Amino acid sequence: MGRTLFDKIWDNHTVRHIPDGPDVLYIDRHLIHEVTSPQAFSALREKGLKVFRPERTFATCDHNVPTLGQDRPIEDPSSAAAVAELARNTADNGIRYFPLGDPGNGIVHVIGPEQGIVLCGQTVVCGDSHTATHGAFGNIAFGIGTSEVEMVFASQCLMQNKPKQTRITVDGKLAAGVTPKDVILYIISRLGTDGCTGTFVEYAGDVFRDMSMEGRMTVCNMSIEMGARGGIVAPDAKTFEYIKGRRFAPKDRDFEKAVERWSCLKTDADAVFDREYRFDASDIRPMVTYGTNPGMGIPVDGTIPETATGCDDITFAKALSYMGFEKGERMLGKKVDYVFVGSCTNGRIEDFRAFAKAVDGRRKSDEVTVWLVPGSKEVESKIEAEGIGDELRALGFEIRQPGCSACLAMNPDRIPEGKYAVSTSNRNFEGRQGYGSRTILAGPLVAAEAAVTGEIGMPKI
Amino acid sequence: MEKINIIQSKAVLVPVDNIDTDQIIPARFLKTVSRAGFGEKLFYDWRFDSDGNPQESVLTGQSGEILVAGNNFGCGSSREHAAWALHDAGFRAVVSSSFADIFRNNALNNCLLPVRVSEDFLAGICEALKKSPDTELAIDLPAQKLTVPGVGETSFEINAYKKECLMKGYSDIDYLLADKDAILKYEETHCL
Repeated sequence: MGRTLFDKIWDNHTVRHIPDGPDVLYIDRHLIHEVTSPQAFSALREKGLKVFRPERTFATCDHNVPTLGQDRPIEDPSSAAAVAELARNTADNGIRYFPLGDPGNGIVHVIGPEQGIVLCGQTVVCGDSHTATHGAFGNIAFGIGTSEVEMVFASQCLMQNKPKQTRITVDGKLAAGVTPKDVILYIISRLGTDGCTGTFVEYAGDVFRDMSMEGRMTVCNMSIEMGARGGIVAPDAKTFEYIKGRRFAPKDRDFEKAVERWSCLKTDADAVFDREYRFDASDIRPMVTYGTNPGMGIPVDGTIPETATGCDDITFAKALSYMGFEKGERMLGKKVDYVFVGSCTNGRIEDFRAFAKAVDGRRKSDEVTVWLVPGSKEVESKIEAEGIGDELRALGFEIRQPGCSACLAMNPDRIPEGKYAVSTSNRNFEGRQGYGSRTILAGPLVAAEAAVTGEIGMPKI
Repeated sequence: MEKINIIQSKAVLVPVDNIDTDQIIPARFLKTVSRAGFGEKLFYDWRFDSDGNPQESVLTGQSGEILVAGNNFGCGSSREHAAWALHDAGFRAVVSSSFADIFRNNALNNCLLPVRVSEDFLAGICEALKKSPDTELAIDLPAQKLTVPGVGETSFEINAYKKECLMKGYSDIDYLLADKDAILKYEETHCL
């Protein structure tokens, strides 16, 4: 029987198989940040151990960082201490660290591919559930807990049960104004927030083949929001072109040899998946969420369901009450107080290009606070180099500095209690963007419409 | 590491589906660099209002070492702080009809036993606890059985390796460190 792309990478990284137990899986790339690594470093110290393969780990600070005044010390003492601890730990263990302000700094899942740290056919982990992002390059990439971060430090390996496998195929052509974010929000709305729990997803079909690398990252990034450990897209010429010439990627002859190897990374025609889902691109419209998990999504011009979908009645009622919405209501025309464009889901240059294009010369609404937060220093530089920064500033917008920002509000970028935010990030959980914040997830085009009109509306593209 | 064998206790019932790790421990409490003290912050935004005053919640008046929760418990962020908070608050097991994968691993690495039961059995436990909140649940890890008076007995799955780890107090890191030779040998032929 044929093997899936996932099988091939998994088998290639299995150091040992334990009968009726997990596999010992070798890890090629370990990304770390300041939130989920300190306890792993201290546990390592207590055991008298050092990091076993420091050259395979790369560090950045992103969750705790302010998005204004990054040249000044971080004001919040706990945030400052967490970032300082990362600097100390990485220096002690010989790990490459991209500190605040460094041209390589940014959100961990933005800089991994951008710096050529993450390649193809690799195992990639990080103490962060959105590690799924790196599956866009044909990697087995998944989030882990801090105890597991410690295991990777100590042994460059993890003990993992091989998950089941799901294939999601979307064929056809997306309509104008439908972004990769809409594709994944649509899929999650159909499969539910636990629809792929216990499985790893391969995305296949015309839509993902035609999608840019950044679009594939947006899709893979949110695999976790339907419970999947990760998502993967088979690498192709587009993938290799993206990697070529990046800072830590193999160069010249080494690169050519790598591409030869990577070109074999495909699912065999006769491979069998545990589950298969098929969708038609023409059914996908610009999406928004109305509830408190990413599965509660509908087309922008749709209506909130009359009955609970993907959860029980109590949970459904609790979600609508939290959001201040009624069942059967339309989302079009709902007032918005904040717009957040950024995060590891939609904080890349293509997202800011799309946002600027959809703004289309219209001024920012006075009723809305808009936070435009590049995913990395490199994205920030491109925004300026391409003139997007000047164009948006002339229309009343402000470009902030890179970081996770309002996605999870660990820094000062918090949505106030009861306020509505259209966010290009990945989670609309209760309180995710600040105590009592009400999040409406969407892509950059819907965000642009909200930013200039102050309401939920169909993107003008 | 601590060991798990038999857990017999009253239960805390939270009959809500899709409880995410942001509910279990809000992100703003993740700034500390130690593992201690997260129990006080467990379900913080349910238990306290925006000014930090205690408020009525689904948890009010309940206590026990076993949490009984709705489907898809622990979805969302990979933060192990969620498992630390539950353990620090005195929980030793969580019973649900399904668990998010990363949370389940984190729980197993922290002596917090995830017990997966059928949706029907979970509904039965919820009914029993609503009627008699003092009902004691009994979890027998060696026998892989959960017994709930008035509802019955059900078995639950756990792989043999993890079961042994929990019963004997072993952790994966001990295994991996003992397997260094195999890892070094693997590295000799592994490219990249």
